Amino acid sequence: MTGLNVENITHDWGAKRALDGVSFSVAPGQFCALLGPNGAGKSTLFGLLTRLFTPRSGRIEIAGHDVSRDPLGALSKTGVVFQQPTLDLDLSVWRNMLYFAGLHGITGRAARVAASEALDRLGMEERARERVRDLNGGHRRRLEIARALMHRPEVLLLDEPTVGLDAQTRSDLVAHVHGLATDTGLAVLWATHLTDEIWSGDRLVVLHKGRVLEQGPVPVTGAALTEHFLNLTESEGA
Amino acid sequence: MAALWVICHREALRFLGQRARMLAALVRPLVWLFVFAAGFRAALGLSITPPYQTYITYETYIVPGLCGMILLFNGMQSSLSLVMDREMGTMRLLLTAPLPRWWLLSCKLIAGALISVLQVYAFLAICALYGITFAPLGYVAILPALFLTALMVGALGIALSSTIKQLENFAGVMNFVIFPMFFLSTALYPLWKMAEASALLETICRLNPFSYGVESIRFALYMAPNPLAWGVCAGALIVFMALALWGYDPAKRMIGRKI
Repeated sequence: MTGLNVENITHDWGAKRALDGVSFSVAPGQFCALLGPNGAGKSTLFGLLTRLFTPRSGRIEIAGHDVSRDPLGALSKTGVVFQQPTLDLDLSVWRNMLYFAGLHGITGRAARVAASEALDRLGMEERARERVRDLNGGHRRRLEIARALMHRPEVLLLDEPTVGLDAQTRSDLVAHVHGLATDTGLAVLWATHLTDEIWSGDRLVVLHKGRVLEQGPVPVTGAALTEHFLNLTESEGA
Repeated sequence: MAALWVICHREALRFLGQRARMLAALVRPLVWLFVFAAGFRAALGLSITPPYQTYITYETYIVPGLCGMILLFNGMQSSLSLVMDREMGTMRLLLTAPLPRWWLLSCKLIAGALISVLQVYAFLAICALYGITFAPLGYVAILPALFLTALMVGALGIALSSTIKQLENFAGVMNFVIFPMFFLSTALYPLWKMAEASALLETICRLNPFSYGVESIRFALYMAPNPLAWGVCAGALIVFMALALWGYDPAKRMIGRKI
């Protein structure tokens, strides 16, 4: 199956179990919200999905590539936006894009075309010559998303990408990535602890203390979802 | 290959962006040359040892050692910038590129080595202006020796960077790795001088791979062969690189937590 497929992932840090038998999948064109409080294991999961480290057991498949057996195939189909920024602050927007393109084997004219297309998509083209340090938080995030799409991935992973952004920028980004999923058939995994970033029609995976508490179509949205989520985690935490 | 190019390019842009680092890298060996060596010239008598065929001044003796110093300091700094990359998050970008880790780390290593070697030539140009010159062919002959030594110390730096959690620990590396490696080598004094001082010091110098880096540069500068020095450097490079790859193995528990 294409998209993202996670089967029975278990991982621990020393004696602490960070993820316990986590399974879920995201189909192409689907926006899947990974909802969980801090410390739920979201970042560990992202580390595993991007093969920064490997799971103790279980299987991850990205666009049909098994991450353990064919890591390079899987990584070439993955776009990632980590929670922590990964930009070179002292290089220009354009240089950051070309650096990434080179790491993905895109060079010369193809790299320039891919970079300007990606920047254009996120409305960042006129900022190409600016130094990343001079950009505000919202623009930096948009740049990271633009960059993550440059090699035309099939799966886009975003780990709390709206941290530190104002309400308007946040809702713009959420809307944009929703649009990407529907328009381009990208499978999106959006980790968050903010329920207002989740739309009806999205898929929802609730992660708590390393386990999946619930998954399926979003049952309710807005304040009702917050309440639903709190009930779910509280009854589990007790 | 595209990755090698962009990593080198990024390294060069970063280096050029840090004027202070560029200047410090040049000033450090020059201070040694003009201050330390000038003072030592009177105190230290040097006999004729290979590759020298005549009496030389201490300034002339110390130049290959200072070339080694540039490579050592720079190589460590460039590899330890991986620790900074990790704190800044840019390391993740590198490691999630669809390329094998050994190649990504090698690219980083080669990029750092190229910058170090360019700096050595800048230093040698200043030496030449000061009046310390070598045979023209010597400048060409040292290129592979410089590169090999730069790769060796750079690989050690990468291996160390996988074990260092924070940038603050860089000072520890300075004190416990860079300084002993530099002082307990043949960079400043010939081996026989060390032996006169203490047999233990001589043994340490003989075991220090950096000594062989310096000697490979020294001999190459006079176009004299030194297969032992080259062999030790190449062997050390392989060992350090293997340690670096092990340190960055994604299946290892240690590294995952830190990236």
